[in-house]
Amino acid sequence: MKYIIAIIQPDRLDPVMEQLEEKEIHLVTVSTVMGRGRQKGISAVYRSTKEAGSLLKKIKLEIAVNDNYVAAAKQAIIKGARFGDEGRIGDGKIFVLNIEECLRIRTGETGSTAIG
Amino acid sequence: MKLRWLAWMGCLALSVWGWEARAQEAAEPVAEAVAVAAAIDSGDTAWMLASAGLVLLMTPGLAFFYAGLVRKKNTLSILMQCFMAMCLMTIQWVVIGYTLAFGPDIKGLIGGLDWMFLKGVGAEPNADYAATIPHTAFMAFQLKFAIITPALIIGATAERFKFSAFCLFTLLWATLVYAPVAHWVWGVGGFMREMGALDFAGGTVVHINAGMAALAAALVVGKRIGNVSPPHNLPLAILGAGMLWFGWFGFNAGSALGANGLAANAFVTTHIATAVAGAAWAVCDWVMHGKPTTLGMITGAVAGLVAITPACGFVDPIGAMWIGLGSSVICFISVTYVKTRFQYDDTLDAFGVHGVGGIWGALATGLFATKTVNSAGADGLFYGNPGQFMIQLKATVITMVFAFVASYLILKIVGLFTRGVRVDEHSERVGLDLSQHKESAYTIID
Repeated sequence: MKYIIAIIQPDRLDPVMEQLEEKEIHLVTVSTVMGRGRQKGISAVYRSTKEAGSLLKKIKLEIAVNDNYVAAAKQAIIKGARFGDEGRIGDGKIFVLNIEECLRIRTGETGSTAIG
Repeated sequence: MKLRWLAWMGCLALSVWGWEARAQEAAEPVAEAVAVAAAIDSGDTAWMLASAGLVLLMTPGLAFFYAGLVRKKNTLSILMQCFMAMCLMTIQWVVIGYTLAFGPDIKGLIGGLDWMFLKGVGAEPNADYAATIPHTAFMAFQLKFAIITPALIIGATAERFKFSAFCLFTLLWATLVYAPVAHWVWGVGGFMREMGALDFAGGTVVHINAGMAALAAALVVGKRIGNVSPPHNLPLAILGAGMLWFGWFGFNAGSALGANGLAANAFVTTHIATAVAGAAWAVCDWVMHGKPTTLGMITGAVAGLVAITPACGFVDPIGAMWIGLGSSVICFISVTYVKTRFQYDDTLDAFGVHGVGGIWGALATGLFATKTVNSAGADGLFYGNPGQFMIQLKATVITMVFAFVASYLILKIVGLFTRGVRVDEHSERVGLDLSQHKESAYTIID
């Protein structure tokens, strides 16, 4: 069981969801978050006052999958979130973590059956 | 604790006295009232009552304008202070404010106490101020001005002013600064009025006055802690600016005190100056920072509204365009360069826009005023009368100095009673909504 966290551009949520759907990965948690990368955010101007390093809006996806789905999930996210063929700074990142335990609240099932 | 009880007893005694005064008045014969009522013009009265409502709407408008520009955690504190100004100023105006500002003159400096608790202020028109509307309508219209003026100052002290200090300051400032200046400029016998200073709708009384008080307040209260985040809700600020523009028609066109050609002129010049100023600030942003900003546009519009206020009943549409353009450019410079140069924390630019815009408006009235618009007014510098500009300059400087010094002293005195006018560091970090009012403007979870 792996826990996949992906940080992507806000406008890329729809294509990523479509790609995940194609790979039959339906379970996903989405949140809007603020963040910045090595480019140190953007600057904004309010009444002539420059706000340097403002955080940017990002989307965070969290997906828990069984091991045989990990490769497919990563591919789907990359395909949906990468800008064009070359990609662009700010496209985002994917993190994969091990899951120690999983429990379905309704039935009490645990492990791989609970995830799917 | 003893002091507090004394204050309560004082309030009680004052109200009993007011009630008795009014009771005596009611006992007097009212037979003449019917004959006098004939002098009331229904059209004028209708417009003035509507105008009073429009001006009142400006204060919630200002509240949203300001609230959108602060951080989330201070939203309610701004809204509450503006709304509380509506409550407190109404009480102050009825008890003592109106009579100090407009009551029978004492040496050109202040009104007498004859109209305390609105004694003698009834349906019968007061020919000295407005001969065709009930005296109560005039009083109510002026009340709305008295409400928004201290509310403007909130912009300079936002995010760190103690609520108790705000309440005390508002009452003292309205009594010791607003009422005298209103009397000087508008009261019969007031020395600036006698001097021939032109202020159609309150550029001096409202905007220079509040603007200078704001500067004093920003200096007394001091800078906010830490890095200051950007506006938390610009659409709210834009809604507020729209309400201000709308309400300002009552403020300016209502100041004609009748439904007539002068009111229409003030209406049109107000609109033109605002439109030009809103566009001009966006252009300033575009040129200086690469993009036109919504905050710049609405700030410009407010600067235009401020600047045209003293002039709207004395200038023509072309004059209004110049005043609008000038207000944006001058306020842009004040907000962009002057504030950063001197490092005072005029949080929402109450001085930078209302003070500076008001000063420009008062002086510009001495440049662009023409008797072809208002025969009761005067010609300005560009119409061959440099003397008027000097009168405007004198009135402006007197108001600036008086408002700044008096506000500074009042804030220092208020600080003695409220153990400082500023909240402690922890309260400021937590935000005024929670620390001053035990509420939050927004919830994150349903």
